[in-house]
Amino acid sequence: MTKARLRAEALTLAYDRRVVVRDLDVQITDGSFTVIVGPNACGKSTLLRSLARVLKPHSGTVLLDGRAIGSYPSRQVAKQLGMLPQSPVAPGGTVVEELVARGRFAHQRLVRQWSAEDEAAVADAMRQTEVTELADRFVDELSGGQRQRVWLAMALAQQTSILLLDEPTTFLDLSHQFEVLDLCAELHEQGRTIVAVLHDLNQACRYATELIVMHDGAVVAQGAPAEVMSAELVESVFGMPCRVMTDPETDTPMVVPADRQRRRAARGGAATGVVDRATV
Amino acid sequence: MTAPVLRLRRSGRTTQLVIRSRAGRLSLRVHLRALLVGTALLLAALAVSLVNLSSGDFPVPVPDVLRSLVGQGDPGTDFIVHELRLPRVLITLLVGAALGASGSVFQGLTRNPLGSPDFVGMTVGAATGALIVLLVLGGGGFQVAVGAILGCLATAVAIYLLAFRRGVQPFRLVLMGVGMYALLDAANSYLIYRSRLDEALAAQVWLIGSVNGHGWTEVTLVGCTVAVLLPVVLYHARHLDLLALGDEPAQLQGVPVERSRAVLALAGVGLAAGATAAAGPIAFVALAAPPLATRLTRSPHAGVLPAALMGAALLSASDWGAQHVLPGNDIPVGVVTGALGGLYLTWLLFRERRNRG
Repeated sequence: MTKARLRAEALTLAYDRRVVVRDLDVQITDGSFTVIVGPNACGKSTLLRSLARVLKPHSGTVLLDGRAIGSYPSRQVAKQLGMLPQSPVAPGGTVVEELVARGRFAHQRLVRQWSAEDEAAVADAMRQTEVTELADRFVDELSGGQRQRVWLAMALAQQTSILLLDEPTTFLDLSHQFEVLDLCAELHEQGRTIVAVLHDLNQACRYATELIVMHDGAVVAQGAPAEVMSAELVESVFGMPCRVMTDPETDTPMVVPADRQRRRAARGGAATGVVDRATV
Repeated sequence: MTAPVLRLRRSGRTTQLVIRSRAGRLSLRVHLRALLVGTALLLAALAVSLVNLSSGDFPVPVPDVLRSLVGQGDPGTDFIVHELRLPRVLITLLVGAALGASGSVFQGLTRNPLGSPDFVGMTVGAATGALIVLLVLGGGGFQVAVGAILGCLATAVAIYLLAFRRGVQPFRLVLMGVGMYALLDAANSYLIYRSRLDEALAAQVWLIGSVNGHGWTEVTLVGCTVAVLLPVVLYHARHLDLLALGDEPAQLQGVPVERSRAVLALAGVGLAAGATAAAGPIAFVALAAPPLATRLTRSPHAGVLPAALMGAALLSASDWGAQHVLPGNDIPVGVVTGALGGLYLTWLLFRERRNRG
């Protein structure tokens, strides 16, 4: 059995009384680059937020090292697990280096507010994300790509072995998307466990060592992209007829959507895109 | 123990002072500018206080004031300095500091420059408590202070409960506070309307906020409040920095969000309550001290300590103005801070409009 420090058991997640994820079991393999994919509102970001302990489960548990994650002091979790939230906003006038330095909070104490390790971790994180030269710029005057890298630097400064990323490529143009994904791949190669929610299936297949496919609040497939990805899966999950080919660059699966005419013909059959939501 | 290492670290916009013990067990980082501004504000507050101690109906030269403070003055000077002026000066410093710190906490928690305790109804609530004691129960002195503290706490709890819906959203808190302000203000007006003329006058003076004729009771009251709650707030000040990024990022960094916010809010309410109990609902200091300190330190948010020092300096200066601007007339300090507050808000809105235009 694979090792998984982070796992969920019988997890049901809800906002108010609207159930988004029901009775879900999932393991995040240690040292994997796990990518969660699925249609809008399938509960993938919700699952990620609950894995990061930001969202309390309605029932079931998220376990970190075999213990319910909610039972740890916040600071202890923050030393093990970091997350890049979806489009975070820094207050006006926040300087880049200050923001990144806040990633050291969990490691600091009242009498130890800026140790040599803190300074090194911040410098390292900024170098890795290539924001060193932006150190004294204001966060709100940066471009979307730069800002994303700054927030990522803050999560890196936390020096956690598990890093979760909620749609890290949204609002970025193509080259910046790949820049962020390359950085994630590097972090993964350095031994971190990475869990990212992505929209683009081809990017997911390229970068993931493990894919988690979600539909309607449940995991419908988990495994290496080459084993999991198929035209049937994409059609049943996204309601999108397609062909799955081999990416000529990386030999990973590549999803090519079907032509408009064929999709229109298919749409006559199964109703798609409709997510029925149960209530508790 | 070996001497700690002091180092200046320049990073573009700011210069930081890093202090580390050689074993690495102790380390601190301070923005040099914040340190200088803080020191300057402290000196300014103390200087104005010295002027306030020396001036008045019986002028006492500054050297005599200092001699009296260290216990080497003659009995006459001692009476004027210790009994007549020192309590008032101390109350001014402490109330200013408490209001500045409280404002910094609430503006940070609500992420809103208008989220200060005097804007969200807490000081009005304290006034309601005080008026009930003054006008309905016929109490005075210390009982009024207790009424003010209870009124302030009750208002804060009410706002918190009304704004609570799956955690507290800062904006809801401000809106509920503004609603509460209107409600309690109406209640205060009614309490004054139904009272006798002399009572109404006393109540109205209390409502303006004044340190005239206050003594050691009030010093003890606000002194204890500051001594207990300011350290609590300072200890949690780093949480405040992270809470400013939003609940989710703060929690991800390891801040116990709900608990930390509850502690900060309670301490902030306590500071506002203690200040109001000692000097009445003094306007503007809690609202303006934090952003003014921010402007001087050029940091994105007001540190609690600079805000507190700014509050102390502002209120001391206002009290000097209250005693000297209108000759022969010792007006309540709340009139001065109110006027300054009006000017400040107008300036703020004017600047905002010009920036947009």
